[in-house]
This record gives sequence, C-alpha cells and structure tokens, in this order.
Amino acid sequence: MMPREPSCEEVMARLFDYLDRELEAPDRAVIERHLARCHACFGRVEFERRLRARLDEAMASRAPPRLRRRLERLLDELESSHPDS
Amino acid sequence: MSLASSCVVTAQGGSTGRHEAQREGAMTLHSASSPRQRRQWFQARLEAVMDRLYGRALRLTRHPDDAEDIVAETVTRAWARLDELRDPERFEGWLFHILTTTFISDWRRRRCRPQADLSLDEAQETFCLYERLHQPFLLWWGSAEERFFNGLLKEELERALDDLAEEFRLVMVLVEVEGHTYAETAGLLGIPVGTVRSRLSRARGQLQHRLWLQARERGLGGPGAAEEEAP
Repeated sequence: MMPREPSCEEVMARLFDYLDRELEAPDRAVIERHLARCHACFGRVEFERRLRARLDEAMASRAPPRLRRRLERLLDELESSHPDS
Repeated sequence: MSLASSCVVTAQGGSTGRHEAQREGAMTLHSASSPRQRRQWFQARLEAVMDRLYGRALRLTRHPDDAEDIVAETVTRAWARLDELRDPERFEGWLFHILTTTFISDWRRRRCRPQADLSLDEAQETFCLYERLHQPFLLWWGSAEERFFNGLLKEELERALDDLAEEFRLVMVLVEVEGHTYAETAGLLGIPVGTVRSRLSRARGQLQHRLWLQARERGLGGPGAAEEEAP
C-alpha cells in the first residue's frame, strides 16, 4: 500500500508496476495524482512509454514471400482436409 | 455462437489492410459454413496481421527459419481451433496468444538443455537510460532525449532485443508487448512471479544499456563520447 502523498523516490520505485498495470486502482490513483503535479516524474513515465511504443513498432517485420507461399499451401491442405470438404 | 456458424465471407483472400479486414470482419458476421468460406475469412484476417505476426515470431526466435516454422505451426493450430474463437473481433489477440504459447511449448522442451548464464554486471542490471540522457553535460547538445528518439532505428531496437538472453526477451515480450500481467506471465512460463519481476528488471536494464551504447556510437553526446563508455 502506498502512502497518500508518496515521494518521487517512492513513485519511481513503483514506476514499472504502474506502467505494467500491476497496481490496484487506489495505488494507481495516488501515482497519477503525483504525476499530475510532478514534472520530473511525469517526464520519466513518458520516456518509458515512448520507448515501449518504439519497441512495439520494432516487432513488425515484413513476412518473406517464401513464408506467404508456404502458408498458402498449408491453408490449401487444411481446407481440403476439413470434414465438410 | 462460433465463428463457423456466425460469419459470412466477403473478403476474397489475398492482400488487405488491417482496418479493411476489421471492417470486413465486422460486416460479415453471419455464416461461414463451408470450408472455402472459413478459409477466405481466416486468410483475410491473417494477411492483415502477417507482418506483425512474423515480426513477433522473429523477435522471439531470432532466426528467420525458426520464425517461419512457428508462424506455420500457429496457423495450423489456429485453423484447428477456429470454432473456439467466440468473438471474431478478437481474432488478432487470439492468434498472437497462440503464437506465444506455441513458442513457449517449444522453449520449454528446449529448456531441458543447459541454461544460459543469466548473470549481468550490476551496472547493466540497474541501468537507467532516462538518467543517462538527462545528465547535465548532455544539455550542451540540446535535448538528448529528443535526439535519442529521433535517431533511434528499428534495427537498433531489434539488435538490442536480440542480444537479450531468451529468458529475458520472453518476459519483455509477454509483459511489455503483449500486456500480460506478471501472474499470467509466470503461469505461461512456469516460473514464480518474483522471477518474472527480477527478469523484467534485468532485461530492461540490459536493453537500455545496449541502446545507450548504440546511441553513443552514433554520436549522441558529442565526439569521443562512445570511447568514454568503453570498459
């Protein structure tokens, strides 16, 4: 349980619990109140969010044509082996 | 109502955008009773997420051939379980979950082999990129954070992720990318929640340390800065 008015250090200690949605609603609200008035902590949270968004974007890679052809053949087989075919 | 009895297919397969496929999905929920209709519906949705599905597999496996195998296995499993998809609008999350569990099944089999050394030096475990980018001396070069993000290449992120030990990379993907809770991640990997927390923390430290070194190599912080970081 977090204190009602946490220090910046206490907020930073729970930073990733907050970003990972691991906090219960009351603790989350305490953090958000702090972020609304603390520019330094807000900046750190926004940085981690931004980095996470870039990480998510980096997860896409163009599927090679070879894989697309393989899946096309695979779906042909799966479709033809369906009980209603 | 299952997908098989609740979809009408208007998509003709082939290439389509993600949003287009979503619109088609939303408009066509009546009946996809024939295998052909199921296949068309399935293929249109699959095509819309193909690059992200392959990309996720590639980040998990780190090898193009293994990534293709995991995607093919995922498609096979998803097709076999299509009737279990109660809400076709959740196809994407459902498919990615199958991809992850497919990879984890394989990972658990391979885990019987000797495990990699997961020890990191303390500097990496506790590394905080934000603090480095906000060091006073970097203010001479303007906003280092903005310069970092503006110069950050997808390839650098891929390389930093790929450099993580498999155990670290997995928890990063499960929590940060897929949005699983720590408890869910622990359940999927068969490890305690405390281990998930520990690995996440170390993975983040290592990833950010790699990104910092890469940023210094491309000149963030001015000439000669990269050498300053050398061990």
